[in-house]
Amino acid sequence: MTGIVDTLTLTAEDALGLVERREVSPTELHATYLEAIAARDDELHCYLRTVDEAEGTSIPIALKDVISTRGVETTAGSRILSGYVPVFDATVAERCKAAGLSLLGKTNTDEFAMGSSTENSGFGPTRNPWDPALVPGGSGGGTAAAVSAGLAPWGLGSDTGGSIKQPSALCGNVGLRPTYGTVSRFGIVAFASSLDQVGPVAKTVRDVALLYRIIAGRDPADSTTVELPAPVELPTDERLDGLRIGVPRQALALEAIAPGVRAAFEAVLERARELGADVGECELPLSFDYGLPCYYLIAPAEASSNLARYDGVRFGRRSAGTTYREMVERTRDEGFGDEPKRRIMLGTYALSAGYYDAYYGQAQRVRTLVVREHAAAFERFDVLATPTSPTVAFPIGDRAADPLAMYACDLLTIPSCLAGLPGLNVPCGFSDDLPVGLQLIGPQFGENTLFRAGHALERALALDLVPGRLRG
Amino acid sequence: MAITREQVLHVARLARLDLDDGEVERLTGELGAILDAVSKVAELDLENVPPTSHPLDLVNVWAEDEPHGSLPLEDVLRNAPESERGLFKVPPTA
Repeated sequence: MTGIVDTLTLTAEDALGLVERREVSPTELHATYLEAIAARDDELHCYLRTVDEAEGTSIPIALKDVISTRGVETTAGSRILSGYVPVFDATVAERCKAAGLSLLGKTNTDEFAMGSSTENSGFGPTRNPWDPALVPGGSGGGTAAAVSAGLAPWGLGSDTGGSIKQPSALCGNVGLRPTYGTVSRFGIVAFASSLDQVGPVAKTVRDVALLYRIIAGRDPADSTTVELPAPVELPTDERLDGLRIGVPRQALALEAIAPGVRAAFEAVLERARELGADVGECELPLSFDYGLPCYYLIAPAEASSNLARYDGVRFGRRSAGTTYREMVERTRDEGFGDEPKRRIMLGTYALSAGYYDAYYGQAQRVRTLVVREHAAAFERFDVLATPTSPTVAFPIGDRAADPLAMYACDLLTIPSCLAGLPGLNVPCGFSDDLPVGLQLIGPQFGENTLFRAGHALERALALDLVPGRLRG
Repeated sequence: MAITREQVLHVARLARLDLDDGEVERLTGELGAILDAVSKVAELDLENVPPTSHPLDLVNVWAEDEPHGSLPLEDVLRNAPESERGLFKVPPTA
């Protein structure tokens, strides 16, 4: 690196300090990240496109390509949106601009955020900075890999069933899926509207809290948003005295959890006890037995409705056709990749006459039970803890041909998403020299508790999270 | 629970997807396997459980009825594959 700072280790908080003290200008910092991108991103492919000039007065940020950015192509990783240049900013992009952050680039994602490996991108996969033969997780593999590879100080992702938390776990950084309704979805390319949430990804819990403070709060343009009941607090406490941590027995019973992940998880629970936390067992039987099937009915059903707008009329690509209907059907068949088609088909089927009650209706009732089980667990505990992903990063190509194997990546992240609850991934150790993530789940609007718990553990563990192969 | 080739073709028509023969064949197998897995939700007796369509219990979220500007027409049409005289243009509908 010829730059003025080492982007592999620089936190967003430190970068903000450098800019505030005028030790580095926003332009210099932006250029330094572009140099790092030029050096490493041919291999990793975190970015779909970068922005040459710093437009803000503060530090740069990477935005997942599902976030509309005025004047900057936004594709959601899909060829059906190739060449689409939004004429407005998503509210979160606008809030980042208002805070002085300059857009560094748009990051790769599974097409329409559908996937757990970023292999479903219409523009080629992103690679894991720890080992380029492995996936970075998904759908937000671009943002997560960029943060861990020093190609962005921080970034925004979007999470429907684990797309922020799981890639953060597989890349070894911190990711927050906020409480549903705390961050505006206006201008986000919609996948499943009752589940989609935008959230921050960064190197530290404090960075994530700082970025959450910038993007959270009610937006008149999104009627599902609410004002935060309490301001975002930057965590400082290094103890966990009195914190009640519940570990769902049914989550730990899952055979899918790899031994190395289990060992790292058990070690971090022990560390939490040493820091004064009270760790106990809780019960979420239906959430872990029925959460995954419930999600794979609700999310595709909503997706089939949201993706109806890609019809070759108002934006995006158009295929030739002699009639309107032929044009629409060809546009959609040629523009969508395999995974969106699979989900559109599944969702359309689940919503079609004769099947609605048995599938979508039944799944919505299961969702009620998942909400109730979590509410009961939070009567006894302040946070719940599980591993974020059942495994560490897996080889590119390993699960691509088996949709059900890919869907199982989100086994542990999905239940709390269905319940609309916030979840934080914090790196908690290594297995086979690859990062393992701890998932902390909070009650609705429990972000401050998650930040406090995550920060104390992060400080106590003091892991070295720079991918060894990238060190100069 | 299997899904038939005819059902796949019917759903593809509903979803406006012009699938080719290879896709129809592949999706018939894949959707059958996925439906088998998700049909697990049918095991539960949920007659007295209300559905959840939204995780926050918000009701009647109103917006003030105040007029505000909209996008200029040229912006609205900027991304259109084809437009004419301020309108989106499509092939004949019949």
